[in-house]
Amino acid sequence: MYELIAQYPLLAALVALVGLGLVFGALLGFAAVRFRAEGNPIVDQVNAILPQTQCGQCGYPGCRPYAEAIVGGDEINKCPPGGQAGIEALADLLDREVIPLDAEHGEEKVPQVAYIREEDCIGCTKCIQACPVDAILGAAKQMHTVIAGECTGCDLCVEPCPVDCIIMIPEEQSLQTWHWQLPDTSRHHADIIATDAGEAA
Amino acid sequence: MLADYSILLIGAILVNNFVLVQFLGLCPFMGVSNKLETAMGMSMATTFVLTLASACSNLTYHFLLEPLGLEYLKTISFILVIAVVVQFTEMVVRKSSPLLYQVLGVYLPLITTNCAVLGVALLNLNKEHNFLQSLFYGFGAAVGFSLVLVLFAAMRERLAVADVPEPFQGAAIGMITAGLMSLAFMGFAGLV
Repeated sequence: MYELIAQYPLLAALVALVGLGLVFGALLGFAAVRFRAEGNPIVDQVNAILPQTQCGQCGYPGCRPYAEAIVGGDEINKCPPGGQAGIEALADLLDREVIPLDAEHGEEKVPQVAYIREEDCIGCTKCIQACPVDAILGAAKQMHTVIAGECTGCDLCVEPCPVDCIIMIPEEQSLQTWHWQLPDTSRHHADIIATDAGEAA
Repeated sequence: MLADYSILLIGAILVNNFVLVQFLGLCPFMGVSNKLETAMGMSMATTFVLTLASACSNLTYHFLLEPLGLEYLKTISFILVIAVVVQFTEMVVRKSSPLLYQVLGVYLPLITTNCAVLGVALLNLNKEHNFLQSLFYGFGAAVGFSLVLVLFAAMRERLAVADVPEPFQGAAIGMITAGLMSLAFMGFAGLV
């Protein structure tokens, strides 16, 4: 083997480079399997921050398309359900400036849930087709109802209803949505005990 | 022994700084220094690549090319080694820090053509460094590169808001600043 190589230097060069290429190729092939990154991980991180209402107020057909658009360079202030808190989280993740919500796409509201007045429902299924998260249950000519736990409050079902039997009501207070009431600042004098109230009056 | 290696390190970082004294790797120096954060990411990636490539090319030369009498193939095989290390780094960065991957963008694969990387590998041969010395020399070169890149990026961030006369704005004042930095680093000559 060694004699052969000494005899033909060209062969030696060929063997050395091909061997080097093979070893490195195997190494990279292994690394490609070991360190595989599926899809675009930033899109997933952005999508996790978006509220998943799938309401389309941003102008995209859902939260994931908007997440892809943000990674592609779109503004981060087009999501009213996410509100200012959502914009701040996105700005923090993507190292961008915090900007106020774009009023063109809607304003921040308290979380709502759709409610169908069942006595008025004619069973037309139009709201079922409009619902992006399949939170409305029902069939043709049968009364429909909203699965409150699945409803994201996007109000896309309100518009198509021919008899206007869908109303948006503020989400019922639960342990997850309850907030501590801020003290009433409109009163100048804080009543500490009952006798103080009597003196001030 | 310890003194030898510290002299090697200081020599590579300050006295014979690859960017400002030997003028190698100027493209990433000018290209990635607009933002401090990007510069730091680039520094880390380059440090990793330079150290690893320096050691790997040393091994390739002494255990493959020299025994077969193929010293004349050193440039092409070093480029191969560097390309592999860069590809490997790219995969690791993509997996571990997608944001850094996005920020570095095209500059990450461009480390392959960073002349400092090939320069270190070839200088190692010229100076007849052994494996450990190559490792330290590569690391020192990378630290020197990172040092000036981060310093320069910090300066450029200030220059961006400074009141610079119109003809000097942008890249021009950057070049002048780099030249002044280079002059300053000449002051280290004779330290080692």
